[in-house]
Amino acid sequence: MSGGTDIPLGLLAELTHRCPLQCGYCSNPLELLKANRELDTETWLDVFRQAADLGVLQVHLSGGEPTLRQDLEDIVACLARSGVYTNLITAAVTLPGDRLKALKNAGLDHIQISFQGATDETTFRIGHYKNAFEKKRAAARQARALGLPLTINAPIHRLNIEEVPAFVDLALELDAERLEIANVQYYGWAELNKAALLPDREQVTQQIDFVTRAREDLTGVLNIDFVPPDYYADYPKPCMGGWAKDAFMIAPDGTMLPCHAAQSITSLSFENVREKPLQAIWERSDSFNAYRGTDWMSDRCKACPRRDIDFGGCRCQAFAVTGNATETDPACIKSPFHEELRAFPTSTTVHKRMIGATIAKV
Amino acid sequence: MTVARKRAILTADSVPILPAHVRLVFNEKRESWVVLAPEKILWPDDISVLILQNCDGARSIGEIARALSKEFSAPSSEILGDILEFLQDWSDRLLIRLAEQSGGKP
Repeated sequence: MSGGTDIPLGLLAELTHRCPLQCGYCSNPLELLKANRELDTETWLDVFRQAADLGVLQVHLSGGEPTLRQDLEDIVACLARSGVYTNLITAAVTLPGDRLKALKNAGLDHIQISFQGATDETTFRIGHYKNAFEKKRAAARQARALGLPLTINAPIHRLNIEEVPAFVDLALELDAERLEIANVQYYGWAELNKAALLPDREQVTQQIDFVTRAREDLTGVLNIDFVPPDYYADYPKPCMGGWAKDAFMIAPDGTMLPCHAAQSITSLSFENVREKPLQAIWERSDSFNAYRGTDWMSDRCKACPRRDIDFGGCRCQAFAVTGNATETDPACIKSPFHEELRAFPTSTTVHKRMIGATIAKV
Repeated sequence: MTVARKRAILTADSVPILPAHVRLVFNEKRESWVVLAPEKILWPDDISVLILQNCDGARSIGEIARALSKEFSAPSSEILGDILEFLQDWSDRLLIRLAEQSGGKP
Protein backbone atom coordinates (compact mmCIF):
# COMPACT_ATOMS: atom_id res chain seq x y z
CA MET A 1 0.00 0.00 0.00
CA SER A 2 2.44 2.65 -1.16
CA GLY A 3 -0.15 4.89 -2.77
CA GLY A 4 -3.48 5.79 -1.18
CA THR A 5 -4.49 5.81 2.44
CA ASP A 6 -7.60 4.23 3.91
CA ILE A 7 -10.57 6.16 5.21
CA PRO A 8 -10.37 6.34 9.01
CA LEU A 9 -13.08 4.56 11.03
CA GLY A 10 -12.40 5.64 14.58
CA LEU A 11 -11.29 8.68 16.54
CA LEU A 12 -10.19 8.68 20.17
CA ALA A 13 -10.69 12.21 21.48
CA GLU A 14 -8.89 12.92 24.73
CA LEU A 15 -10.90 16.00 25.65
CA THR A 16 -8.90 16.80 28.78
CA HIS A 17 -6.05 15.48 30.90
CA ARG A 18 -7.81 16.58 34.09
CA CYS A 19 -8.99 13.61 36.16
CA PRO A 20 -10.20 13.09 39.72
CA LEU A 21 -8.40 9.72 39.90
CA GLN A 22 -4.65 9.18 40.30
CA CYS A 23 -4.16 5.71 38.80
CA GLY A 24 -0.54 4.70 38.46
CA TYR A 25 -1.23 2.90 35.16
CA CYS A 26 -2.69 5.88 33.28
CA SER A 27 -1.96 5.82 29.56
CA ASN A 28 -1.74 9.62 29.40
CA PRO A 29 1.74 11.11 28.98
CA LEU A 30 3.76 11.97 32.10
CA GLU A 31 3.56 15.65 31.19
CA LEU A 32 -0.15 16.24 31.62
CA LEU A 33 -1.74 19.33 30.10
CA LYS A 34 -3.50 21.86 32.30
CA ALA A 35 -6.99 23.13 31.47
CA ASN A 36 -5.66 26.30 29.79
CA ARG A 37 -4.05 24.19 27.03
CA GLU A 38 -7.31 22.45 26.06
CA LEU A 39 -9.11 23.17 22.80
CA ASP A 40 -12.18 25.36 23.23
CA THR A 41 -15.69 24.15 22.42
CA GLU A 42 -15.86 25.65 18.93
CA THR A 43 -12.57 24.06 17.90
CA TRP A 44 -13.64 20.63 19.17
CA LEU A 45 -16.98 20.90 17.35
CA ASP A 46 -15.16 21.85 14.15
CA VAL A 47 -12.80 18.90 14.64
CA PHE A 48 -15.75 16.50 15.01
CA ARG A 49 -17.49 17.86 11.92
CA GLN A 50 -14.27 17.42 9.95
CA ALA A 51 -13.88 13.89 11.33
CA ALA A 52 -17.40 12.96 10.20
CA ASP A 53 -16.69 14.38 6.72
CA LEU A 54 -13.46 12.39 6.61
CA GLY A 55 -15.50 9.20 7.14
CA VAL A 56 -15.05 8.54 10.85
CA LEU A 57 -17.92 6.34 12.10
CA GLN A 58 -17.17 6.05 15.82
CA VAL A 59 -15.81 8.59 18.27
CA HIS A 60 -14.55 7.58 21.70
CA LEU A 61 -14.79 10.51 24.12
CA SER A 62 -12.10 10.06 26.69
CA GLY A 63 -9.49 11.89 28.75
CA GLY A 64 -8.46 12.30 31.54
CA GLU A 65 -12.03 12.46 32.66
CA PRO A 66 -14.23 13.71 29.77
CA THR A 67 -17.19 14.60 32.02
CA LEU A 68 -15.08 17.44 33.48
CA ARG A 69 -15.69 19.21 30.17
CA GLN A 70 -18.89 21.22 30.64
CA ASP A 71 -19.47 21.16 26.86
CA LEU A 72 -19.67 17.35 26.64
CA GLU A 73 -23.42 17.46 25.84
CA ASP A 74 -22.77 19.85 22.92
CA ILE A 75 -20.04 17.56 21.62
CA VAL A 76 -22.26 14.46 21.82
CA ALA A 77 -25.14 16.31 20.12
CA CYS A 78 -22.85 17.52 17.33
CA LEU A 79 -21.60 13.99 16.66
CA ALA A 80 -25.11 12.51 16.85
CA ARG A 81 -26.29 15.00 14.21
CA SER A 82 -23.58 13.68 11.87
CA GLY A 83 -24.66 10.07 12.52
CA VAL A 84 -21.39 9.27 14.30
CA TYR A 85 -21.58 6.57 16.98
CA THR A 86 -20.56 8.02 20.33
CA ASN A 87 -18.83 6.17 23.14
CA LEU A 88 -18.18 7.84 26.49
CA ILE A 89 -15.14 6.46 28.33
CA THR A 90 -15.45 7.60 31.92
CA ALA A 91 -14.36 6.87 35.48
CA ALA A 92 -17.95 7.86 36.40
CA VAL A 93 -17.16 9.44 39.78
CA THR A 94 -18.14 12.88 38.45
CA LEU A 95 -21.28 11.77 36.63
CA PRO A 96 -24.49 12.43 38.55
CA GLY A 97 -27.74 10.98 37.23
CA ASP A 98 -29.08 14.19 35.66
CA ARG A 99 -25.84 14.71 33.72
CA LEU A 100 -26.00 11.18 32.35
CA LYS A 101 -29.61 11.73 31.38
CA ALA A 102 -28.66 14.93 29.54
CA LEU A 103 -25.92 13.05 27.68
CA LYS A 104 -28.32 10.28 26.73
CA ASN A 105 -30.81 12.87 25.50
CA ALA A 106 -28.05 14.52 23.46
CA GLY A 107 -27.67 11.20 21.61
CA LEU A 108 -24.99 9.24 23.47
CA ASP A 109 -24.88 5.67 22.12
CA HIS A 110 -22.76 3.75 24.63
CA ILE A 111 -20.94 4.20 27.92
CA GLN A 112 -17.78 2.54 29.14
CA ILE A 113 -17.15 2.80 32.89
CA SER A 114 -13.74 1.94 34.29
CA PHE A 115 -13.41 0.01 37.55
CA GLN A 116 -9.99 0.03 39.20
CA GLY A 117 -10.98 -2.90 41.41
CA ALA A 118 -13.92 -5.25 41.91
CA THR A 119 -14.13 -4.13 45.55
CA ASP A 120 -14.35 -0.77 47.31
CA GLU A 121 -10.97 -1.28 48.96
CA THR A 122 -9.02 -2.07 45.78
CA THR A 123 -10.76 0.68 43.83
CA PHE A 124 -9.62 3.21 46.43
CA ARG A 125 -6.10 1.78 46.72
CA ILE A 126 -5.53 2.28 42.97
CA GLY A 127 -7.52 5.41 42.11
CA HIS A 128 -7.17 7.25 45.46
CA TYR A 129 -10.72 8.59 45.27
CA LYS A 130 -13.06 8.14 48.24
CA ASN A 131 -16.25 6.20 47.68
CA ALA A 132 -15.41 5.76 43.99
CA PHE A 133 -16.67 2.17 43.87
CA GLU A 134 -20.19 3.08 44.98
CA LYS A 135 -20.31 6.11 42.69
CA LYS A 136 -19.31 3.97 39.71
CA ARG A 137 -21.92 1.35 40.55
CA ALA A 138 -24.60 4.03 40.89
CA ALA A 139 -23.65 5.50 37.50
CA ALA A 140 -23.68 2.04 35.90
CA ARG A 141 -27.17 1.32 37.28
CA GLN A 142 -28.37 4.71 36.10
CA ALA A 143 -26.98 4.04 32.62
CA ARG A 144 -28.89 0.77 32.41
CA ALA A 145 -32.07 2.40 33.74
CA LEU A 146 -31.75 4.93 30.89
CA GLY A 147 -31.35 2.08 28.38
CA LEU A 148 -27.69 2.83 27.61
CA PRO A 149 -25.59 -0.21 26.73
CA LEU A 150 -22.77 -0.58 29.24
CA THR A 151 -19.19 -1.77 29.07
CA ILE A 152 -17.19 -2.35 32.23
CA ASN A 153 -13.50 -1.65 31.64
CA ALA A 154 -11.14 -3.39 34.03
CA PRO A 155 -7.48 -2.41 33.58
CA ILE A 156 -5.54 -5.37 35.01
CA HIS A 157 -2.13 -5.35 36.72
CA ARG A 158 -0.40 -6.95 39.70
CA LEU A 159 -2.51 -5.11 42.30
CA ASN A 160 -5.87 -6.40 41.02
CA ILE A 161 -5.20 -9.44 38.83
CA GLU A 162 -6.61 -11.74 41.53
CA GLU A 163 -9.97 -9.96 41.15
CA VAL A 164 -10.57 -10.96 37.52
CA PRO A 165 -13.33 -13.49 38.48
CA ALA A 166 -14.93 -10.83 40.69
CA PHE A 167 -14.91 -8.38 37.76
CA VAL A 168 -17.00 -10.89 35.78
CA ASP A 169 -19.52 -11.10 38.65
CA LEU A 170 -19.58 -7.31 38.87
CA ALA A 171 -20.27 -6.95 35.14
CA LEU A 172 -23.17 -9.42 35.39
CA GLU A 173 -24.53 -7.75 38.51
CA LEU A 174 -24.50 -4.36 36.77
CA ASP A 175 -26.17 -5.81 33.64
CA ALA A 176 -23.23 -4.86 31.43
CA GLU A 177 -23.19 -6.05 27.84
CA ARG A 178 -19.40 -6.03 27.56
CA LEU A 179 -16.49 -6.52 29.93
CA GLU A 180 -13.01 -5.50 28.90
CA ILE A 181 -10.33 -7.39 30.76
CA ALA A 182 -7.56 -5.10 29.61
CA ASN A 183 -4.11 -5.94 30.81
CA VAL A 184 -2.31 -2.66 31.26
CA GLN A 185 -0.03 -1.68 28.42
CA TYR A 186 3.17 -0.15 29.62
CA TYR A 187 3.28 3.40 28.24
CA GLY A 188 3.10 6.74 30.01
CA TRP A 189 2.48 6.38 33.74
CA ALA A 190 2.22 2.61 33.45
CA GLU A 191 5.72 2.45 32.02
CA LEU A 192 7.01 4.59 34.88
CA ASN A 193 5.34 2.25 37.37
CA LYS A 194 5.83 -1.02 35.56
CA ALA A 195 8.12 -2.51 38.21
CA ALA A 196 5.20 -2.34 40.65
CA LEU A 197 2.41 -3.18 38.19
CA LEU A 198 3.56 -6.01 35.94
CA PRO A 199 2.04 -9.30 37.18
CA ASP A 200 4.20 -12.41 37.27
CA ARG A 201 3.93 -15.05 34.60
CA GLU A 202 2.06 -17.55 36.81
CA GLN A 203 -0.69 -15.01 37.56
CA VAL A 204 -1.02 -14.21 33.86
CA THR A 205 -1.35 -17.88 32.89
CA GLN A 206 -4.09 -18.42 35.49
CA GLN A 207 -5.89 -15.32 34.24
CA ILE A 208 -5.82 -16.48 30.62
CA ASP A 209 -7.23 -19.91 31.62
CA PHE A 210 -10.01 -18.29 33.62
CA VAL A 211 -10.96 -15.79 30.90
CA THR A 212 -10.98 -18.49 28.21
CA ARG A 213 -13.46 -20.55 30.27
CA ALA A 214 -15.59 -17.56 31.24
CA ARG A 215 -15.92 -16.43 27.63
CA GLU A 216 -17.22 -19.85 26.66
CA ASP A 217 -19.58 -20.15 29.62
CA LEU A 218 -21.01 -16.67 29.06
CA THR A 219 -21.51 -16.80 25.29
CA GLY A 220 -24.68 -14.91 24.47
CA VAL A 221 -24.78 -13.44 27.99
CA LEU A 222 -21.71 -11.21 28.36
CA ASN A 223 -19.16 -10.24 25.72
CA ILE A 224 -15.71 -10.45 27.29
CA ASP A 225 -13.00 -8.67 25.33
CA PHE A 226 -9.56 -9.67 26.46
CA VAL A 227 -6.40 -7.62 25.97
CA PRO A 228 -3.61 -10.06 26.85
CA PRO A 229 -0.34 -8.78 28.31
CA ASP A 230 2.28 -8.82 25.58
CA TYR A 231 5.20 -8.98 28.01
CA TYR A 232 4.89 -12.75 28.23
CA ALA A 233 3.85 -13.37 24.64
CA ASP A 234 5.95 -14.81 21.82
CA TYR A 235 4.62 -12.40 19.22
CA PRO A 236 3.63 -8.75 19.45
CA LYS A 237 0.10 -7.38 19.29
CA PRO A 238 -1.13 -6.03 15.93
CA CYS A 239 -0.96 -2.54 17.40
CA MET A 240 -3.76 -0.24 16.11
CA GLY A 241 -4.22 -2.75 13.26
CA GLY A 242 -1.22 -0.99 11.70
CA TRP A 243 0.10 2.56 12.14
CA ALA A 244 -2.37 5.19 10.85
CA LYS A 245 -4.42 2.45 9.19
CA ASP A 246 -7.98 3.15 10.28
CA ALA A 247 -7.93 5.22 13.47
CA PHE A 248 -6.34 8.27 15.05
CA MET A 249 -6.30 10.22 18.25
CA ILE A 250 -6.45 13.88 19.25
CA ALA A 251 -4.86 15.12 22.48
CA PRO A 252 -6.47 17.84 24.65
CA ASP A 253 -4.37 20.58 23.02
CA GLY A 254 -5.25 19.50 19.46
CA THR A 255 -2.16 17.44 18.67
CA MET A 256 -3.24 14.76 16.21
CA LEU A 257 -1.63 11.35 16.73
CA PRO A 258 -1.73 7.88 15.16
CA CYS A 259 -2.19 6.39 18.66
CA HIS A 260 -2.47 7.66 22.23
CA ALA A 261 1.13 6.84 23.10
CA ALA A 262 2.71 8.14 19.89
CA GLN A 263 4.18 11.25 21.51
CA SER A 264 6.56 8.95 23.38
CA ILE A 265 8.34 8.53 20.03
CA THR A 266 10.41 11.68 20.39
CA SER A 267 12.06 11.22 17.00
CA LEU A 268 8.75 12.22 15.37
CA SER A 269 7.01 15.58 15.46
CA PHE A 270 3.25 15.83 15.31
CA GLU A 271 0.87 18.37 13.83
CA ASN A 272 -1.99 20.22 15.43
CA VAL A 273 -5.62 20.50 14.32
CA ARG A 274 -5.50 24.21 15.20
CA GLU A 275 -3.11 24.68 12.30
CA LYS A 276 -4.11 22.13 9.67
CA PRO A 277 -7.27 20.33 8.52
CA LEU A 278 -7.67 16.76 9.77
CA GLN A 279 -7.66 15.40 6.23
CA ALA A 280 -4.27 16.95 5.44
CA ILE A 281 -2.74 15.51 8.61
CA TRP A 282 -4.31 12.08 8.05
CA GLU A 283 -3.21 11.83 4.43
CA ARG A 284 -0.01 13.81 4.13
CA SER A 285 1.76 14.41 7.45
CA ASP A 286 5.20 12.90 7.95
CA SER A 287 4.16 11.47 11.32
CA PHE A 288 1.15 9.57 9.95
CA ASN A 289 3.09 8.34 6.94
CA ALA A 290 6.18 7.35 8.95
CA TYR A 291 5.17 3.73 9.60
CA ARG A 292 2.28 3.19 7.20
CA GLY A 293 2.43 0.02 5.15
CA THR A 294 5.62 -2.05 5.19
CA ASP A 295 8.32 0.06 3.47
CA TRP A 296 9.69 1.38 6.78
CA MET A 297 10.26 -2.07 8.25
CA SER A 298 13.58 -3.68 9.07
CA ASP A 299 14.56 -6.63 6.88
CA ARG A 300 13.70 -8.92 9.80
CA CYS A 301 10.06 -7.77 9.76
CA LYS A 302 9.81 -7.44 5.99
CA ALA A 303 10.81 -11.08 5.50
CA CYS A 304 8.59 -12.38 8.33
CA PRO A 305 5.50 -14.48 7.48
CA ARG A 306 3.69 -12.59 10.26
CA ARG A 307 4.39 -9.23 8.60
CA ASP A 308 0.75 -8.72 7.60
CA ILE A 309 -0.60 -10.21 10.84
CA ASP A 310 1.03 -7.97 13.45
CA PHE A 311 2.74 -5.31 11.28
CA GLY A 312 5.92 -5.53 13.34
CA GLY A 313 3.99 -4.81 16.56
CA CYS A 314 3.97 -1.57 18.49
CA ARG A 315 6.17 1.35 17.35
CA CYS A 316 6.03 3.02 20.76
CA GLN A 317 7.24 -0.08 22.58
CA ALA A 318 9.98 -0.58 19.99
CA PHE A 319 11.16 3.00 20.56
CA ALA A 320 10.88 2.80 24.37
CA VAL A 321 13.00 -0.34 24.64
CA THR A 322 15.43 -0.02 21.70
CA GLY A 323 15.54 3.73 20.98
CA ASN A 324 14.62 2.98 17.36
CA ALA A 325 10.95 3.13 16.36
CA THR A 326 11.52 1.04 13.21
CA GLU A 327 12.89 -1.90 15.20
CA THR A 328 10.87 -5.09 15.66
CA ASP A 329 8.61 -4.76 18.72
CA PRO A 330 10.67 -6.41 21.53
CA ALA A 331 7.57 -8.40 22.51
CA CYS A 332 8.44 -10.49 19.44
CA ILE A 333 10.52 -13.61 20.06
CA LYS A 334 12.56 -12.72 16.96
CA SER A 335 13.68 -9.39 18.41
CA PRO A 336 17.25 -9.24 19.73
CA PHE A 337 15.81 -7.14 22.59
CA HIS A 338 13.17 -9.74 23.57
CA GLU A 339 14.82 -10.76 26.85
CA GLU A 340 15.61 -7.16 27.77
CA LEU A 341 11.91 -6.36 27.75
CA ARG A 342 11.35 -8.30 30.97
CA ALA A 343 14.67 -7.57 32.63
CA PHE A 344 13.92 -5.09 35.41
CA PRO A 345 13.67 -5.36 39.20
CA THR A 346 10.22 -5.39 40.81
CA SER A 347 9.17 -2.63 43.18
CA THR A 348 6.22 -1.72 45.40
CA THR A 349 6.30 2.03 44.74
CA VAL A 350 3.52 3.43 42.57
CA HIS A 351 3.82 7.08 41.48
CA LYS A 352 0.37 8.70 41.56
CA ARG A 353 -0.82 10.28 38.33
CA MET A 354 -0.92 14.06 38.89
CA ILE A 355 -0.83 17.15 36.73
CA GLY A 356 2.43 18.99 37.25
CA ALA A 357 4.09 16.12 39.10
CA THR A 358 7.86 16.08 38.87
CA ILE A 359 9.07 12.56 38.43
CA ALA A 360 12.64 11.40 38.79
CA LYS A 361 12.69 8.74 36.12
CA VAL A 362 15.00 5.82 36.93
CA MET B 1 -27.97 -10.25 43.16
CA THR B 2 -26.62 -11.31 39.76
CA VAL B 3 -29.00 -10.52 36.91
CA ALA B 4 -30.31 -13.80 35.58
CA ARG B 5 -29.59 -13.51 31.89
CA LYS B 6 -29.54 -16.57 29.68
CA ARG B 7 -28.15 -17.30 26.26
CA ALA B 8 -30.99 -17.15 23.75
CA ILE B 9 -31.35 -20.28 21.61
CA LEU B 10 -33.05 -19.26 18.39
CA THR B 11 -35.79 -21.26 16.67
CA ALA B 12 -38.05 -20.61 13.67
CA ASP B 13 -40.56 -19.08 16.11
CA SER B 14 -38.10 -16.55 17.60
CA VAL B 15 -38.74 -12.90 16.76
CA PRO B 16 -35.40 -11.12 16.26
CA ILE B 17 -34.80 -7.39 16.50
CA LEU B 18 -31.79 -5.11 16.23
CA PRO B 19 -31.57 -3.22 19.54
CA ALA B 20 -31.58 0.58 19.24
CA HIS B 21 -27.85 0.81 19.95
CA VAL B 22 -26.94 -1.55 17.09
CA ARG B 23 -27.40 0.54 13.98
CA LEU B 24 -27.53 -0.76 10.40
CA VAL B 25 -26.81 2.23 8.17
CA PHE B 26 -25.74 2.86 4.60
CA ASN B 27 -22.45 4.74 4.46
CA GLU B 28 -22.45 7.03 1.42
CA LYS B 29 -18.74 7.69 1.52
CA ARG B 30 -17.87 3.99 1.31
CA GLU B 31 -21.01 3.02 -0.67
CA SER B 32 -21.50 0.17 1.73
CA TRP B 33 -23.79 -1.02 4.52
CA VAL B 34 -22.25 -0.90 7.96
CA VAL B 35 -23.32 -1.99 11.43
CA LEU B 36 -22.35 0.33 14.29
CA ALA B 37 -22.31 -1.32 17.72
CA PRO B 38 -20.53 -0.74 21.04
CA GLU B 39 -16.80 -0.55 20.16
CA LYS B 40 -17.46 -2.59 17.03
CA ILE B 41 -17.90 -1.86 13.34
CA LEU B 42 -19.12 -4.66 11.06
CA TRP B 43 -19.46 -4.85 7.27
CA PRO B 44 -22.35 -7.21 6.46
CA ASP B 45 -22.57 -8.67 2.94
CA ASP B 46 -25.70 -8.21 0.79
CA ILE B 47 -27.46 -11.32 2.11
CA SER B 48 -26.70 -10.42 5.74
CA VAL B 49 -28.08 -6.92 5.15
CA LEU B 50 -31.31 -8.37 3.78
CA ILE B 51 -31.71 -10.63 6.83
CA LEU B 52 -30.92 -7.81 9.26
CA GLN B 53 -33.38 -5.46 7.54
CA ASN B 54 -36.05 -8.05 8.22
CA CYS B 55 -35.26 -8.25 11.95
CA ASP B 56 -38.03 -5.80 12.78
CA GLY B 57 -39.29 -7.25 16.06
CA ALA B 58 -42.58 -8.24 14.41
CA ARG B 59 -41.79 -11.22 12.19
CA SER B 60 -40.48 -14.61 13.30
CA ILE B 61 -37.39 -16.18 11.76
CA GLY B 62 -39.70 -18.67 9.99
CA GLU B 63 -41.62 -15.78 8.43
CA ILE B 64 -38.38 -14.05 7.44
CA ALA B 65 -37.24 -17.26 5.73
CA ARG B 66 -40.53 -17.43 3.79
CA ALA B 67 -40.27 -13.78 2.76
CA LEU B 68 -36.68 -14.18 1.60
CA SER B 69 -37.40 -17.47 -0.20
CA LYS B 70 -39.32 -15.47 -2.79
CA GLU B 71 -36.46 -13.02 -3.26
CA PHE B 72 -33.85 -15.78 -3.53
CA SER B 73 -36.18 -18.18 -5.39
CA ALA B 74 -35.11 -20.99 -3.05
CA PRO B 75 -37.43 -22.97 -0.74
CA SER B 76 -37.72 -21.46 2.75
CA SER B 77 -36.80 -24.84 4.29
CA GLU B 78 -33.42 -24.54 2.59
CA ILE B 79 -32.61 -21.02 3.69
CA LEU B 80 -34.12 -21.32 7.20
CA GLY B 81 -31.06 -23.22 8.46
CA ASP B 82 -28.67 -20.63 7.06
CA ILE B 83 -30.63 -17.75 8.55
CA LEU B 84 -30.85 -19.48 11.95
CA GLU B 85 -27.11 -20.09 11.97
CA PHE B 86 -26.35 -16.47 11.04
CA LEU B 87 -28.72 -14.99 13.61
CA GLN B 88 -27.60 -17.37 16.38
CA ASP B 89 -24.06 -16.10 15.87
CA TRP B 90 -25.23 -12.48 16.01
CA SER B 91 -27.34 -13.24 19.08
CA ASP B 92 -24.35 -14.85 20.78
CA ARG B 93 -22.46 -11.59 20.21
CA LEU B 94 -25.47 -9.65 21.60
CA LEU B 95 -25.92 -7.83 18.29
CA ILE B 96 -29.54 -8.92 17.95
CA ARG B 97 -32.13 -9.61 20.65
CA LEU B 98 -35.36 -11.54 20.68
CA ALA B 99 -38.43 -9.31 20.82
CA GLU B 100 -40.03 -11.10 23.78
CA GLN B 101 -36.84 -11.02 25.85
CA SER B 102 -35.84 -7.44 25.12
CA GLY B 103 -38.78 -5.86 26.95
CA GLY B 104 -37.88 -2.49 25.47
CA LYS B 105 -34.41 -2.52 26.99
CA PRO B 106 -31.36 -2.92 24.79
